[in-house]
Amino acid sequence: MTTAPTSTPSTLPPTRTARLTGAAANYIDERTSISGIVKELGRKIFPDHWSFMLGEVALYSFVVILLSGTWLTFFFQPSMAEVHYEGSYVPLKGLEMSIAYASALDISFDIRGGLLMRQMHHWAALLFIAAIGLHMLRVFFTGAFRKPREINWFVGFVLFILAMAEGFTGYSLPDDLLSGNGLRIIDGMVKAIPIIGVWISYLLFGGEFPGTDVVARFYSLHILLLPAVLVAALGVHMLLLIINKHTQFAGPGKTNDNVVGVPIMPVFAAKAGGFFFIVFGVLTVIAAFFTINPIWNYGPYDPSPVSAGTQPDWYIGFADGALRLVPPHLETVIFGYVFSWNILLPLGVLPLFLGAVAFYPWLEAWITGDKREHHIADRPRNAPVRTAIGAAGVTFYAVLWAAASSDLIATHFGLGIEMVIHTLQALLFIGPVVAFMLTRRICLGLQRKDREIALHGFESGRIVRLPGGEYIEVHEQVDEYERWKLLAYDDYQPLMLRPNARGQITVGERIRSRLSGWFYEDRISPVNQRELEESSHH
Amino acid sequence: MSKKTTSDRSGRGRNTGRRHPLATVALLAIGLMTTGGAYAAVTTAAAADETASPAVTQSTIDEGQVLFDANCASCHGLDAAGTENGPTLIGVGSAAVDFQVGTGRMPMARNQPQAEQKPAQFTDEQVTALAEYVASLAPGPAIPDEEYLQADGDATNGAELFRINCAMCHNVAGAGGALTQGKYAPTLRGVLPQHIYEAMQTGPQNMPVFNDLNLSPEDKADIITYLKYIEDNPAPGGFRLGDLGPVAEGLFMWIFGLGALVAVTVWLTAKSH
Amino acid sequence: MAQHDDASTPGSSIERHTESSPGTAVVTADAAQNPGFPPHEPRVTDVDPKADKKAERQVTTLFFLSLVGSIFAVAAYIAFPIVPGDLGSVRLNTALVGTGIALALLGIGFGTVHWAKALMRDTELVEQRHPTRGTEETRAKAVEVFTLGNQESGIGRRALIRNSLIGAAAVAPLPAVALFRDLAPAEDPNALLKHTLWEEGVRLTRDPDGSPIRAADVTIGSVFHVIPEGIREEEEYLEEKAKAAVLLVRLNPGDLNELPERASWSYDGIVAYSKICTHVGCPVALYEQRTHHLLCPCHQSEFDIANHAAVIFGPAARPLPQLPIAVDDEGYLIAQSDFTEPVGPSFWERERA
Repeated sequence: MTTAPTSTPSTLPPTRTARLTGAAANYIDERTSISGIVKELGRKIFPDHWSFMLGEVALYSFVVILLSGTWLTFFFQPSMAEVHYEGSYVPLKGLEMSIAYASALDISFDIRGGLLMRQMHHWAALLFIAAIGLHMLRVFFTGAFRKPREINWFVGFVLFILAMAEGFTGYSLPDDLLSGNGLRIIDGMVKAIPIIGVWISYLLFGGEFPGTDVVARFYSLHILLLPAVLVAALGVHMLLLIINKHTQFAGPGKTNDNVVGVPIMPVFAAKAGGFFFIVFGVLTVIAAFFTINPIWNYGPYDPSPVSAGTQPDWYIGFADGALRLVPPHLETVIFGYVFSWNILLPLGVLPLFLGAVAFYPWLEAWITGDKREHHIADRPRNAPVRTAIGAAGVTFYAVLWAAASSDLIATHFGLGIEMVIHTLQALLFIGPVVAFMLTRRICLGLQRKDREIALHGFESGRIVRLPGGEYIEVHEQVDEYERWKLLAYDDYQPLMLRPNARGQITVGERIRSRLSGWFYEDRISPVNQRELEESSHH
Repeated sequence: MSKKTTSDRSGRGRNTGRRHPLATVALLAIGLMTTGGAYAAVTTAAAADETASPAVTQSTIDEGQVLFDANCASCHGLDAAGTENGPTLIGVGSAAVDFQVGTGRMPMARNQPQAEQKPAQFTDEQVTALAEYVASLAPGPAIPDEEYLQADGDATNGAELFRINCAMCHNVAGAGGALTQGKYAPTLRGVLPQHIYEAMQTGPQNMPVFNDLNLSPEDKADIITYLKYIEDNPAPGGFRLGDLGPVAEGLFMWIFGLGALVAVTVWLTAKSH
Repeated sequence: MAQHDDASTPGSSIERHTESSPGTAVVTADAAQNPGFPPHEPRVTDVDPKADKKAERQVTTLFFLSLVGSIFAVAAYIAFPIVPGDLGSVRLNTALVGTGIALALLGIGFGTVHWAKALMRDTELVEQRHPTRGTEETRAKAVEVFTLGNQESGIGRRALIRNSLIGAAAVAPLPAVALFRDLAPAEDPNALLKHTLWEEGVRLTRDPDGSPIRAADVTIGSVFHVIPEGIREEEEYLEEKAKAAVLLVRLNPGDLNELPERASWSYDGIVAYSKICTHVGCPVALYEQRTHHLLCPCHQSEFDIANHAAVIFGPAARPLPQLPIAVDDEGYLIAQSDFTEPVGPSFWERERA
């Protein structure tokens, strides 16, 4: 792990506290050989960049979810048996409702700090998945998923899916009108699946919708199975992070073969530990002052009423939006069997989209054929096509997401729902293409500018008149440390189609070459040493 | 957070310094002020004065006719039997006129998908005169009795009826919602009990009618009771974010929650000077 | 680990990975040279003892504030209890306990980070990376382990044993699958989905109180939310309601464009339609009395009631099923029969008898 000798700690006579600590450490080490782990990990280096903290936001909000969630389980009763509400919220008094809903109301209105914890749990859940999303975007746009981190990208993707599953099962637990309608939609979607759909729904709900089982079943999943799998996947994610070490951005002295940053003990531990408290604190502030999921407004679940603006939590929004964007009448009956394309279409497209996200690292690795390890994070502009693909994906997701709030967009901007939907339908196809082209152009432009600055410096804004009467603007050279950040990136060229050992050109190779051309046709090469030297002679 | 809450005194200002941690606080404060401000605006805009109920006299009806001919007849016809531009008002009753004119929906400013609530164009007396004039043309629903407008009924019954009959358009918390072709169900916050009652009874614009055989006057009074209950009591969880549900919550978390934390990460990883 | 100011010159990124193929990457000997680490710049707190002291005080103050916050939260928990029925007390309790806890957490958080940033040693350190793959020696050892495992167990050799084990393991989860069958009762769900509580003579009653509705009660422009008479007594009340909920409206008979075969299904402009969306089952209940349009608030499907509930917008594929209605001797609205087709979302065997 180390190449250079560590500075030796000064040898002072041990104080009383030091002796005590020493004795305790000795006690533990003799039973756990923990000294080995401390030696290995204690001074591990972690590079400092704000975007490297996003995963931590997710991790810490997960801890907040575990803590607040455990507290909530002490009071929540996941039963759909009917009771008459006798709690203290006046507009629901005497109403028949499930025990689950009644106990969620009791947590909110009759237990001190209960509403705070409920709100913290729910806000933290929204933050958890939002932070995962942002973290994934950071990893994607900086190419931090490249070898050797493809597997960890996939593990992270699994965590993202698990987090959404956790969110959805949790959303359904209070058995209020909003969550009940959410389940109704799930029931309707599941029923559309050919052959087995009706049976899956029937088994899930323990009979006809809504049944009396689904809350208790979701509760088991929500507090037992899903968190267990999530924690396990999280463990793998962290372990691989330690094994692979963190990526770093190009910078003076930083190479593909080193990690430059602060050691875990003490600086990084202090920063990360402190950051945990900050995330927790910010969530507490939000939970203390902002209402989330006011279940008392929604009332107990009843299949007849529904609220205007019935939406899922944000992370399911893209799926709900996909359902909304389907044009009318898409259903066919073939040999007496129903094919509900209006549901099967989104149900098919979303897994394709998610699958593309999950397997992108292998696609790019196949196209470049690059088998080297990559530990220097790309600046997004230096991988124009990847960045453009990401922008297209984000646009696609954003359009679906916006569609899930089409009614609110309509009312808040004084538009018709129909117009909003038609616009979004068009944008779903046009948006990603435009985003792709625009982003790629912008990236290439920025690369060109970087090259210009590296070679000729930046425009200082100072105009000088030359003896001959000519005016020029003085360019100032960037210092070599700053300049290095503009030069250090990987450059790829399009794949030349060549016959393989047996003299054949396979279809796979053809596709690869096509994709490679698409990726690397337009490229700006990094400035090399010769160009640098030539420019400095000017 | 906002100066209005008690909690404010307890600790907010204390970790104030001139350092970056305040970035978080500042962001949150901006969010709070925006939300609070919007909420205050909504509440005050909706406040209106109480209505009096003077005795009906022929002179009021005459005054109403004059007003009608001058302000309404161009669309509804001189005989109030309707034209291409406006429906007949024969038999709509005083309740419909009091609602439409009293909430400023009529007269309409311009042709639009639906008449919008705006500051009332007439004084209470003029509204009454118009209402009595239209009521004198043919019998129809009358302006409701005060006893149903006291918001002292059964809130539980009102809440249940509201969810079944009203929430699909007006949202469970009365925040309003979208209809087809640019129409919308308006927010019910700050609407006078009288106007809520009249709307149910007369079915203005595209709202269906809820006559007394569907929702009895007591039922309507219960619904008003519920609406006033959620309006008059503080939101237990804090700022309501417009009662718009998960979309507002998601946006809030992305912009202010994650936004604040990203600001913290920037401070956290910035080099100290 | 080494402090970078005394670190050796960093190597180029390419030389280490000569064994791994760079693919289509451009590998050039002429790449620009890494300038190495910039000189370390000390912070104010490193050079100015006053600033150092000040930072120390700030950190301590933050920790102290945290302590105050914790105590405040406990005090608020006791001093601001929840008064049953008083929403203001819930809000106060939530806000004050939350403020105390937030202060406690943020004090520790900001204090620790400030300490790390301003006072802990800030020189960057360097750690060397090693290829993720094990060394050749390690890999050879690992291969040897597997080879020995294979030899000693004979798993590669004894094909019969191996294949029968694979077969057994593949079938072993089957009982687990079977165990899930009783998640739901024995009946065939397809049959259940095709019937509701409506049948000939069942009165249409108001949701939720169950009082019957006279035809005369339903004035033009009215909308009634309807459940079948006696549904409250059903054991599976919500399940039945989820299929039987109906929307009853009266139109001007002249506005109603009825299918010839359904001419007898309405009563004097009164029509009854299933309230359960044919898309994914939300209650479709946003009725516009002028346009006669019904809107679903979940996915914005629009149905035209004047035109036998045909889909005019949105993702729904089929019209809402119509409930044939009539009037009994006492003037109350009754159903003529059950729905003539399954209500709610489509399913695989929907069109099968």
